[in-house]
Amino acid sequence: MVAKKSIKFIASLIFVLSSITVLASDGGHDKKGDLVDTPEEINEYKNHHLKDSHDFHLFTNNASGTSYGFPLPVIVWTKDGLKTFMSSAFHHDDNGDVIVEKGEARLVKLHSKIYELEDGATSVNLDKDHHAINAHRVLDFSITKSVFGILTTGLLMLLAFGGLARGYKKGKTIPTGFSRVLEPLVIYVRDEIARPNIGEKHYRRFMGFLLTVFFFIWILNLLGLTPFGFNVTGQIAVTVCLALFTFFIVQFSGNKDYWKHIFWMPGVPVLMKIALIPIEVLGMLTKPFSLLIRLFANITAGHAVVMGLIAVAYTSREVLGVPGSFGVSFLLTLFISLIEILVAFLQAFIFTMLSSLFIGMAVEEHDHH
Amino acid sequence: MYNLIGAGLIVIGGGIGLGQIGGKAMEGIARQPEAAGKIQTAMIIIGALLEGLAFGALILGKA
Repeated sequence: MVAKKSIKFIASLIFVLSSITVLASDGGHDKKGDLVDTPEEINEYKNHHLKDSHDFHLFTNNASGTSYGFPLPVIVWTKDGLKTFMSSAFHHDDNGDVIVEKGEARLVKLHSKIYELEDGATSVNLDKDHHAINAHRVLDFSITKSVFGILTTGLLMLLAFGGLARGYKKGKTIPTGFSRVLEPLVIYVRDEIARPNIGEKHYRRFMGFLLTVFFFIWILNLLGLTPFGFNVTGQIAVTVCLALFTFFIVQFSGNKDYWKHIFWMPGVPVLMKIALIPIEVLGMLTKPFSLLIRLFANITAGHAVVMGLIAVAYTSREVLGVPGSFGVSFLLTLFISLIEILVAFLQAFIFTMLSSLFIGMAVEEHDHH
Repeated sequence: MYNLIGAGLIVIGGGIGLGQIGGKAMEGIARQPEAAGKIQTAMIIIGALLEGLAFGALILGKA
């Protein structure tokens, strides 16, 4: 009975969330309130979403021109030292029009990046490629949308798994409450991913990393499906970092056999041994590379598809009318969002699975004959 | 324009590859249902490797 209720609840939650996603999209109108139908403008909107930004932007009221959302702290290192202020100081401007003066430093926001104006410049000038001429980038430690997402995920994981761990510490063999959901997942990662790939002898050492990376990616992927528009695992910097963790863990836990197979492959002629060295070294590097590209491209592609289907509501309006185009867009978005929920899990699973496979290859003990 | 044709070719190649993997896995599972779990895991790994290749090509094509 409880299970049935919760399934109903989750289904209606998904329904509501995806309808909010359609409604929350402000892609339909540009700043002046004109209708937007051209592919270029939709593309621009899509690219803007895929990038990180300094505030949460939910929608814009075209009649009054006010934007709804909430600001995030900006922390930048300028020539005048460390400056902190809320991103609301920029008034949702992204074209370098609003200049924020903090001491000596004058800051503008241009294409989601913060620039500092050079001495004597009164406004930001752009060359034909839209690069700023009289301003330079500052060291930006801001709590951007992605950083906020990562911190939220960290906090969620700390609370959820802290609760699970405390339960075990008290000597309870059966977890209670939300921990009951987490235990099977932890067991799943251990028994289906770590154990068969790394081997009975070594898997315990790597469980911490594998569990962290699995839940981190999964929760962030799911956050990306909410209307807040997180796109954390679709930022290549994040996936590079995650793949580097795997890379270093593999290299540092690699045993003698692992290195021998790279630099002096046993069982082949000497010339072949030398020829195999560059290939094996390349293989060592392509493994984390494929990990990072896969996660990044999957999530980016997923978001782009959702954005594109939302844009259907605007591009097909003249043919189908307002209710028809919104209906079509809504159904397509709902459908692809459901697939994205599956992809969110699958990508977390694949990343963890391949990480453990690579670790398993590095720690595997060969029988010497 | 050319990168769109390239993207199409990549998707065709990836589709053929995924079809092969999926089809053979189905055959394997039908022949030995008790090994379904292991076959599925292996299938997903190969699928992921293929996907990495295709996505890598797509991203290089876009750049």
